[in-house]
Amino acid sequence: MKIMTCPINGPRPVSEFVYGGALREMPDPNSASDAQWAHYVFDRDGAPGVKKEWWCHAPSNTWFIAERDTARDVVLRVHLYGEE
Amino acid sequence: MRLPKVSGEWIDRSRPFSFRFEGESFQGFAGDTLTSALLANGVSLLGRSFKYHRPRGVLSFANHDVNVMLQQGNEPNVRGDVRPLQDGMDVKVVNTFFGTVKSDKGRCLGLISRLLPVGFYYKAFHTKALFPLWEKLFRFTTGLGEVDFSTPHARTPKTYDFCDVLVIGAGPSGLSAALSAARQGADVALVDENARPGGSAVYQRGGDPKTLEALTALLARVTEHPKIRLFSGAYAAGYYKDHWAPIIEEKRMVKMRAGSVVIASGAIEQSAVFRNNDLPGVMLASACQRLIYRHGVCPVKNPLLLVANQEGYRAALDVLAQGLSVAAIVDLRPENEARGVQPLAEKLRTAGVPFFWEHTVVEALPGANSSVQAARIAPFSPLSGPAGEADFARVEEIACDGILMSVGWAGAAHLLYQAGTQMRYAPAIEQFVPAELPEGVHACGKVNGVYGEAARLLDGERAGSAAAAHAGFGEARSVEIPPEAASPSHPWPIVRHPNGKNFVDFDEDVQFQDIANAIQEGFDNIELLKRYSTSGMGPSQGKHSNMNLLRILARLTHKSPEVVGTTTARPPYHPVPMAILAGRGFHPQRHTPIHGRHAKAGAVWREAALWQRPEYYRVAGKEREDCIRDEALAVRQGVGIIDVGTLGKLEIWGPQAAEFLERVYTARYANLKVGASRYALMCDEAGVIIDDGVVARLAEEHFYFTTTTSGATSVYREFSRLLTEWKMAATLVNHTGAYAALNLAGPNSRAVLQKLTTLDLSGAAFPYLAAREGTVADIPARLLRVGFVGEWGYEIHVPARYGGALWDALLEAGGDKGIRPFGVEAQRLLRLEKGHIIIGQDSDGLTTPLELGMDWALKMDKPFFVGQRSLAIQAKKPLRQALVGFTLPEDFSGEAPQECQLVIAEGEIAGRVTSVAFSPVLRRFIGLAFARSGENQPGAKLSIRLSSGREIAADIATTPFHDPENAKQKEKA
Repeated sequence: MKIMTCPINGPRPVSEFVYGGALREMPDPNSASDAQWAHYVFDRDGAPGVKKEWWCHAPSNTWFIAERDTARDVVLRVHLYGEE
Repeated sequence: MRLPKVSGEWIDRSRPFSFRFEGESFQGFAGDTLTSALLANGVSLLGRSFKYHRPRGVLSFANHDVNVMLQQGNEPNVRGDVRPLQDGMDVKVVNTFFGTVKSDKGRCLGLISRLLPVGFYYKAFHTKALFPLWEKLFRFTTGLGEVDFSTPHARTPKTYDFCDVLVIGAGPSGLSAALSAARQGADVALVDENARPGGSAVYQRGGDPKTLEALTALLARVTEHPKIRLFSGAYAAGYYKDHWAPIIEEKRMVKMRAGSVVIASGAIEQSAVFRNNDLPGVMLASACQRLIYRHGVCPVKNPLLLVANQEGYRAALDVLAQGLSVAAIVDLRPENEARGVQPLAEKLRTAGVPFFWEHTVVEALPGANSSVQAARIAPFSPLSGPAGEADFARVEEIACDGILMSVGWAGAAHLLYQAGTQMRYAPAIEQFVPAELPEGVHACGKVNGVYGEAARLLDGERAGSAAAAHAGFGEARSVEIPPEAASPSHPWPIVRHPNGKNFVDFDEDVQFQDIANAIQEGFDNIELLKRYSTSGMGPSQGKHSNMNLLRILARLTHKSPEVVGTTTARPPYHPVPMAILAGRGFHPQRHTPIHGRHAKAGAVWREAALWQRPEYYRVAGKEREDCIRDEALAVRQGVGIIDVGTLGKLEIWGPQAAEFLERVYTARYANLKVGASRYALMCDEAGVIIDDGVVARLAEEHFYFTTTTSGATSVYREFSRLLTEWKMAATLVNHTGAYAALNLAGPNSRAVLQKLTTLDLSGAAFPYLAAREGTVADIPARLLRVGFVGEWGYEIHVPARYGGALWDALLEAGGDKGIRPFGVEAQRLLRLEKGHIIIGQDSDGLTTPLELGMDWALKMDKPFFVGQRSLAIQAKKPLRQALVGFTLPEDFSGEAPQECQLVIAEGEIAGRVTSVAFSPVLRRFIGLAFARSGENQPGAKLSIRLSSGREIAADIATTPFHDPENAKQKEKA
C-alpha cells in the first residue's frame, strides 16, 4: 500500500486519505462566459503528469495540497493550502 | 537410493516418517519433502501431465514446475517438491482417472494429440450449445485437485511488520546484502522461500567441500547478527508501492513495510527442449543437486549431462562425488567457447567421462518403466537454419538412466518487474537484467546477472550498502564487480524434432511445434502467444518455460529477445492459499445511543450509511405493511417518536460563520434571526442537489445545523475544505456522533413535551421553525420545531450519553397519549404525504433544484453560492424534466406501481417514479415522479409502465397531498 505524507501527521498509509480533486482556480462567476464556466465545472485534465491536488487526512480532517506525478505514481511534495 | 550421509543435509535420519502415496506405504525422514522421500524409495513416476497424461517425474524440485501435484485429504494441489514430509501423510496424484498414476487411462490422450492443436479452446468453442459438453469432458479428463466444500474454516491471522531493509532471497548475494546493510546500522528482514537459507550455495558445490564451509561461516555471521531477522520457509508474494511486501509463511501473511528493498531472488533454471524431455529421469541439473545435498537422494546413478555453462560441470562433479558415474557430458557449445570450465572438465576427464562438444540431446529414449534408458545425441549447429539444426544423420545413442540439463537460467525478476524496473537483455550473459531500478529498490546476485561465487558476495555487499543508505543508514559503498567469464545461459538450447514431444511448457504440455504454429497463425506478440498457446499459463506461470517461449518467438520472427520482451509477472509469485489471503470481515456499523432500546422494542433494521436504523417495529401477529401503517397513523392521530440521531450534526462559530453558510447553501442565513431555523439546500458546482438539512442560529456567530444521514461525512469534509480554501474566519465541528437526536411528532407532541420542560411551548413563544435551548427531563437540549413528517413536532438534540434517558422519559411522558416509536418506513410515508423530497431517492446525480421545483430555496440574488452560476445558466434553458406528485384513484386495485418504474409519454421514456406508497390517511396510492417539464400540470395524466409491461394512468396532483395549508403547524384559533 502506498504511503502518503500528511503535512501535520507525517507519513501514513494511503487508505487514511481521501482525494479531493484537482486544485483549480475558479473564474469570476460574474465575468466568466457560460462556456468558460462550463469548462471550469466539467473539464478535467487526466493526462499523466505533475498534478496539484487536494487531499484530506480523514482521521484528523486535515486538508492539504499534494503535488503528484501521476505518470510515475510519485508524491513529489505536500503542503498546507496557502503555504507554498 | 538414499545416499550415505551427506554433509550439510537437511534430513534427520534419526526421525523416520511413514506415509502413503497412491495407496502404497513408504518411509522417509524428517526434513524430506514428499518428492525427495518418494525418490528415496525408488519411485520416479510422480505424476501425470495436464493434457496428455504423460508420465512425469521430478523436473525442477524447486516449485518452478508442477509435475508433482498431490491431493492430501481436503487440501488440493499440494506441490510435492516443496511440501515438507510429515508422519502419516496420505497423498494421491491429482490428474489421473480410472486408476493410479501408474495405470492412468488418460495416457491414451497422448495418441490423439494431433487432434488437440494449439489454440484448441479458441478453435473448438465456436458453438455455445456444445459448451456444457466440453466443460464436462474437460473437468473429467484434465483438472487439478478436488475441492472439499466441507473443509473447516481456517483462521489465518495477519501481522504487520516493519524493517529498514528487506532482503528477498537468502542465497550468497542476499546473505551478503543483509550483512552489508546491517553493518551500516539498518534493521534487516531476510526472507527465503526454502526451509533453510543458503540458496544455491547449499547445493551447487561442484564436489568441493570448501563451498559448504564458506556457506556455514557466512550463515553463522547472519544468524548471530542482532540486526538481521531471518524468515525461512516464507516468500515475498509480490512487491507493492513504497516498499511493501506480503511475506507468506506457512500459516499466515506478514505485511512488511520496508525502507528499501534488495531483490536477491536468484535465477530459475530453464530446461532444454528435445524430444521426450519430460520423461521421468530428465531433470534440471539443479534439481539433482538439491536432492543430493538437502535430502541425501540421487535419483540417477549414471546420468548424461546436457550442458552449456559452468554450473553443468559442477553438477557432474557433484554426481561423481557421491560415488556415482556420469555417462557423458554433451555440451551445446564448441570447446573453445566454453570458457572457464577447463579445470572442472579436467577433473571429469580424469574420471573417464566422455565429452561431446557442439552436440545436443535430440531425444530421450524411454525404458520399460517409462524412465530414461538412453539418450540420442547429434552434432548441433544452434545458429544455422531457422530453428538451429541437429544433424539427424549422425545420431548416436548413449545409455544412461537420466539426463541432467544445465543450459541456462532466467532471473527470478518477478518482484523487480512489479516494482517498475526497466529491464534490458544482456547478450553477454543471454539474460534480462535490471537497467534502471526504481528508487529504493536494489538487485544483486543472479537476478542482477552476477553468477561468479566471489562476485555474488561483492554484488550483495554493494546492494546491501546502497539499500541501507537509501533507508537512512550510512553511505553507499562502491564495490567493483568483475564481469562474467562466460555466459551462464545458452541462446538456443532447443531442437526442432520431426516427431515432436519436445516440451517447452511442462504444466500445459506445450510443444515446440505448438508455438511455431501459433506464431504462424499470427500470434506473434509475446503476450498473445502466451495466452493462445497457454505456455506459461499453468500453475507455475512459466517459471520453467518463459525464457524458451521468448527465445522461440524471437528466433522465428527474426527479432532480438529484447525486442520480443517478457510477459508481465503479476503477484503472487507462488499461489497463495485462499485461507491466507482471506481476511476477517471488517464491516463497521454505527449504532445510535438508543440502539438497544430499539432492539428491545422489536426493531427490524435497515442500513443507512454505516448506521443501523429501525425500519419499523415488529408487532406480534402483524404484517410489515400493517406495522408501518399503524406507526404512521399514530403520528397523524396522536404522537410518535423517531430516533434521528443518524443525521449529520455540525456546528460552526465565528465572525464569518453566516457568510460561510450563505456560500455553501442556496438560502440566505445572514438575515436568520437568533433562535430561528431555515431549510438548507446544498448543490455542487454543476448546480446538482447533493444534500439538505436545517440551519439553526443559536447566536449571532454560532449556528447548529444538520445534514442527511448519508451525507454527513462528505458534507463535513467538503465544508472543511471550503473553509480552508476560502480562508474564512469560522470554526467547524462535527457533532454527529456526539449528539443524540429524536423527533417527537404528532398533534399530541406538545402536551407530551410540556411535561418534561419548563420552556414555553406555546405557538407564539416557540413557533414553527424556531430553535430553542433548554432542558428536557433535566437534560440540556437543543430543540427545533420541524415539520418533516407534516405534524406539530420537535427535534430534540442532546449529548449522546443522555440519548437513552431522553427516549425513556419521552416514552413515559407520552404513555397516556399512546406514544409510539416509529421507524424509517413510516417516516418516509409521512414525508411523502407532505410532499417532502429525500435527496438521493427523489433526486439523482444530475437533478437540479429547478427540476424539483425548489426555486423558492434558491437565492439567486446572493453574491455567491456553490452552484449558483451553473443554475443561472440552466435557468435560461428549458427544463429536461420536473418532479411531480401523482395519485391513483381511490378504487385502484391490482398491481401497484413501484419506485424506479418508468413514466412513458408518447411511447418514449419521460421519467421515472421516485417514491410511491399507499397513504392510509388519504386512502389511495400517492407518489412522486419525474415527468417531462410542461406536462406536469395538475389534472393531467401520467402513464406509468409496470413490471408486467402494462401501463396505468395516474393523476398528476399538487403537493403536499396532506395538509397543503400547513395548518398542522399553526395553533388552532
